[in-house]
Amino acid sequence: MRSEARTAGAPRAGLGLKLAAAGGLLFLHLPLALILLYAFTTEDKSYQFPPPGLTLKWFAVAWERPDIWRALGLSLRVAAVSTGIALLLGTLASAAIYRSRFFGRETVSLLIILPIALPGIITGISLRAAFNLMDIPFSFWTIVLGHATFCVVVVYNNAVARFRRTSASMIEASMDLGADGFQTFRHVVLPNIATALLAGGMLAFALSFDEVIVTTFTAGQQTTLPIWMLSELVRPRQRPVTNVVAVFVIAATFLPILIAYTLTRGSEGVSGAGN
Amino acid sequence: MGEGKCGSSMSTVAMPQAAWSRRLSSALYRRPTLFLLLLLAPPLMWLGIVYLGSLFALLLQSFFSIDEFTGLVRREFTLRTYGELFTPANLDIILRTATMAAVVTVVAALIGFPIAYTMARYAEGRVKAFFYLAVMLPLWSSYLVRVYAWKLILAKEGILNWFVERLHLGWLLDGILGLPVVGGASLSVSYIGMFLVFLYIWLPFMILPIQAALERVPPSLLDASADLGGRPRQTFRKVILPLAFPGVVAGSIFTFSLTLGDYIIPGIIGSSRLFIGQAVFIHQGTAGNIPLAAAFTVVPIAIMAVYLTLAKRLGAFDAL
Repeated sequence: MRSEARTAGAPRAGLGLKLAAAGGLLFLHLPLALILLYAFTTEDKSYQFPPPGLTLKWFAVAWERPDIWRALGLSLRVAAVSTGIALLLGTLASAAIYRSRFFGRETVSLLIILPIALPGIITGISLRAAFNLMDIPFSFWTIVLGHATFCVVVVYNNAVARFRRTSASMIEASMDLGADGFQTFRHVVLPNIATALLAGGMLAFALSFDEVIVTTFTAGQQTTLPIWMLSELVRPRQRPVTNVVAVFVIAATFLPILIAYTLTRGSEGVSGAGN
Repeated sequence: MGEGKCGSSMSTVAMPQAAWSRRLSSALYRRPTLFLLLLLAPPLMWLGIVYLGSLFALLLQSFFSIDEFTGLVRREFTLRTYGELFTPANLDIILRTATMAAVVTVVAALIGFPIAYTMARYAEGRVKAFFYLAVMLPLWSSYLVRVYAWKLILAKEGILNWFVERLHLGWLLDGILGLPVVGGASLSVSYIGMFLVFLYIWLPFMILPIQAALERVPPSLLDASADLGGRPRQTFRKVILPLAFPGVVAGSIFTFSLTLGDYIIPGIIGSSRLFIGQAVFIHQGTAGNIPLAAAFTVVPIAIMAVYLTLAKRLGAFDAL
């Protein structure tokens, strides 16, 4: 019986289970497909289904809107700077956690994970409380401060996972062959973790680009793209334009995620085979 | 030791410009603790100052109070702000939010388990990659856009009502909406609608930990159970489920905590009654009552602290 299961590969799922899984996946994806459809609707006063007609004109209208461009610009700048900071801090932290067992190691990894484990509102209101206490006015940097804090964990997770799969003997070999620490880092460690860092950076970028909960507390009067969308959600002004922006945001977050997935998947296979 | 090897090879490999860096790197190599501290200092300082510092500021603010006449924060220690939490209206808010979080968590586990189980046990190669992406993409993609999609779905003129009309199920929908408490004038202003959105948004957070826990169940255990005469149903109940349970608890940490703290979904979909997150947002915003907002935030922190302690006992952290 045992050998039969082995040769037959994965066992087959029952019909009920298949239906439940398919239903769950449809539940996760149909709403996103709907957003795509609504970006082309000719109806602009309500969310009428099915759309009375299809048009491309809302893409042109959205293109002409300076407020959207301004919000997009701010979001991109915040995401770029936050990702940079997160890459630096996340890599350092993962290298430290990976290479040694030290007192308080668990606490450090908990501290890194905490900003994303606790609800965003806690990070948001805490930063707001701190800014208020120290009379710090809202600025570009107050947004970055919040974003970088919860982006560190993403880079950290990716880098630590890769470090665990990197065998220590490679580093020892490099040292034995006469490379110093910096050379080893530059020629052995970095090429090894580069794709993991890139993947972590992509995810951090997507996370920051899309973040709204913490941002509402740290932005003051500034408008990032998600904040622009939120205001449209609460008080819709031009629904089809919002739909177009929504489609753009989906595309802008899907791409980095897919790239990150491809990057980490390939290397996972390689190092797995090596071990 | 490594020192001698490094020295001898330096003469053969010509890198004069690297002499200082070599000396620095050997110095660091000989002092691992110093090196560790150098690595840890920047991230720890950032998280310690920005994050823990802010959490401390939050805690501090919750012990301040607002001056009712001037509307300014009075920076003196008082427990009065915490006292305000225990008014019936505020207790209602806390109870309502915790109930919603609990219901969302239970249903997410029920819906998420079959998907995770299929992923872990029955999918291989391309199918598995497809499943993984199908769960990952919603998890990482835009939170706001996904909430927005439900505004489209639940609208009166939207797709859900269209289907209900086509299938002549209006009576059923009316019946559901007629239920006390959870019902309402329409889905988009009822707790049911809000529940659906919460479930939709946080479901991937439940699936992935369960899947990870199921992946780690060794196939030999299942074989053993079968060899010992366990029927598939028994194997599932007595072997798989107990081993997957820490994964369910790990997933529930996310769904529970994220629902507790969310303020955007209850503001867009559902009844006008406040949730904890909204109360925090309103008090810190227009009212400028940061102390009360801070005290309100301590509630989900406290609930999560209890929850995490229980989860740790159930072994959830090994499943993360």
